Amino acid sequence: MLKSKSLTWLAQGLLYALFALIIGTFSSWPRYRHLAPDQALIKVSFTHHGKRLADCRPRTPEELAKLPPNMRAPMQCQRERSPVTVEVDLDGRRIFRHVAEPSGLSRDGASTVYQRLEMPAGEHRLAVRLKDSASSRGFDYAREETLTLKPGQVLVIDFNAEKGGITLL
Amino acid sequence: MTDRQLATIDAIDTFDTIDTIDTLRNRGLAVYQRIEHGFDLPFGAALNPWRHLGALGFLFFWLIATTGFYLFAVLDTSVEGVYRSVDWLTHEQWYLGGVIRSLHRYAADAFIVVTVLHLTREFLLGRYAGFRRFSWLTGVPLLWFAYISGVGGFWLNWDQLGQFSAVASAEWLDWLPIFATPLTRNFLSAAAVGDRLFSLLIFVHIGVPLLLIFGLWFHVQRINRAAVFPPRALSLATFATMIALALALPVVSQGPADLASVPGPLALDWFYLFLHPLMYISSAGSVWAMVAATTAFLLILPFLPRRAVAAPIAEVDPDNCNGCRRCFDDCPYAAIVMVPHPQATEGKPGQQLARVIPDACASCGICAGSCPSSTPFRNVAALATGIDMPQLPVNALRQALKLKLASLAGDTRIVVFGCDHGASLASLEGRDVAGFSLICSGMLPPSFIEYALREGAAGVLVTGCRHGGCAFRLGSRWTEQRLLGLREPHLRASVPSEKLKIAWADAGEEADILATLREFQRGLATFAARPELPAQIVDDNTSTGRSHAQI
Repeated sequence: MLKSKSLTWLAQGLLYALFALIIGTFSSWPRYRHLAPDQALIKVSFTHHGKRLADCRPRTPEELAKLPPNMRAPMQCQRERSPVTVEVDLDGRRIFRHVAEPSGLSRDGASTVYQRLEMPAGEHRLAVRLKDSASSRGFDYAREETLTLKPGQVLVIDFNAEKGGITLL
Repeated sequence: MTDRQLATIDAIDTFDTIDTIDTLRNRGLAVYQRIEHGFDLPFGAALNPWRHLGALGFLFFWLIATTGFYLFAVLDTSVEGVYRSVDWLTHEQWYLGGVIRSLHRYAADAFIVVTVLHLTREFLLGRYAGFRRFSWLTGVPLLWFAYISGVGGFWLNWDQLGQFSAVASAEWLDWLPIFATPLTRNFLSAAAVGDRLFSLLIFVHIGVPLLLIFGLWFHVQRINRAAVFPPRALSLATFATMIALALALPVVSQGPADLASVPGPLALDWFYLFLHPLMYISSAGSVWAMVAATTAFLLILPFLPRRAVAAPIAEVDPDNCNGCRRCFDDCPYAAIVMVPHPQATEGKPGQQLARVIPDACASCGICAGSCPSSTPFRNVAALATGIDMPQLPVNALRQALKLKLASLAGDTRIVVFGCDHGASLASLEGRDVAGFSLICSGMLPPSFIEYALREGAAGVLVTGCRHGGCAFRLGSRWTEQRLLGLREPHLRASVPSEKLKIAWADAGEEADILATLREFQRGLATFAARPELPAQIVDDNTSTGRSHAQI
């Protein structure tokens, strides 16, 4: 123990203050900037079921007869779905391409994509293409637009078939 | 090469790894002990925060829980209202809600700091294997619970910091191939964030801390008299420090969340959110690899082979155990249970017998020190006690004491009882000093002091690990209480107080304990030369008059 009581109190006070200083400092400092001031963020994100690999076909009477009575669905549909391919071009330059495989053990689930793309803010020509059918040639959906990205802006490229396909949020 | 040769090489490799860990641990321990001992100067060992890190963790947790009740009561849990309600609390009700909010955050920060320091201290002291394995292993998941609880709190505020953390956490979690729909889609736009999502986040922020409490309960299961509150003075000073910090540097929100833009410069809480920047400068996979490797290391550590041979555990002698329960009360690790005595049917109905749980026994010998049968005055050729340590039975201690005392010379012959984990007694021994290093100072039956004095010692010096630093948690505390007559078995009041000195000293403080010994000898010589002095005059501040010092 320190000999002087006042010195002891002072030392204790300083050490408690040091603890408070450490907690207070690193709870808010140093400041963190996630994105450079002149950058914008493009997020490519969708969850979409690709088309089935094969079309449904009617079952033959022989096939129906082999099935239990309660399972005699007239149409035979293959479960596996097509992978979904997406491409994004910015100012004529390919910045992203991804083939999203269908999820699930039987590959019958949705294909999902999430990708962050940090881009310079400013005016750009954006082109997005999406293909969700293995049987089709070329892309099934496309959207092209000229847009201005503000610094720090988040542009979301999504897909919603009910809203016409590729959407920009 | 034969299988046997290959196995030998594997064993050598394993021990090389262990040696490397031990070398690093010992170097770290040397540095750590300098810090801890440095804090003993202003705080004293009993109030040294480094010696109460676990208890301080509990204190901060209680503080978080208490302040959390108030915040939950006033929080508007809708997406639209949550930011507004917290902001109102911060600015309009700064004197209560604002302080409580700041306390909640700073206590959470302090909680993670003392938790990590507590883990580091236990690692450096090698307290993770053997009988401590259970406490170590049950502590590892608590780190995860603490992290999840803390990070979840930032989301609830739903300011720009919360937005950043929520998105970053979702991106990190999405790296795992377990979600059918990416979690990040919940934060794509303002329209995606609904009240139901916020209800889920609140559930996480309350549910995981409940798991934390449950885990803490497991964590201290093998600890007898677990310290869930630090000493009062330390608690009050810590609380006052948190209040002062909350008033001096109030926590404020950083603008409402706006998912259409990336937050600008953020006042990041680095205690909890450090993983987010780490992920963005590396990758989600590498951060997962880092935390998985750290968790795996912590979980594997107690199972690594050790060079140290396991010490024999305490043994109960039913013929000498009267079921008094003192060992049951004093065992620091709840390794003793009381069972019906096999001789209870022979005229002693209801008598109990101590039974040692082998996996929980620390081999500290505190039970032997607590046993009333351990008195050396018993008139038996071979002293057998109710519970004893095979590696150092009380009978062997009595014999060694008699032999060494007989060999001492000089007017101030001193017997020193110390422990294997505190200051070494080797440098103290000489022609007039006999040292006995016990497994733990708590192993010393108090009657051995009176016995040593009757057998010719001029004085007895008792030492061992400093308070809060006892290798077996409660050894020095129980010893002191027994010697001061506050705990059974107690030292008889008829023992002259000037002939007993208690001085706690950790390993490395041999010079200090030597100086104390010399001072003690000089004092005894003075008493011997001035027999007219009253016996109760002692050299320090203990209420019972026992001479007592904390080096």
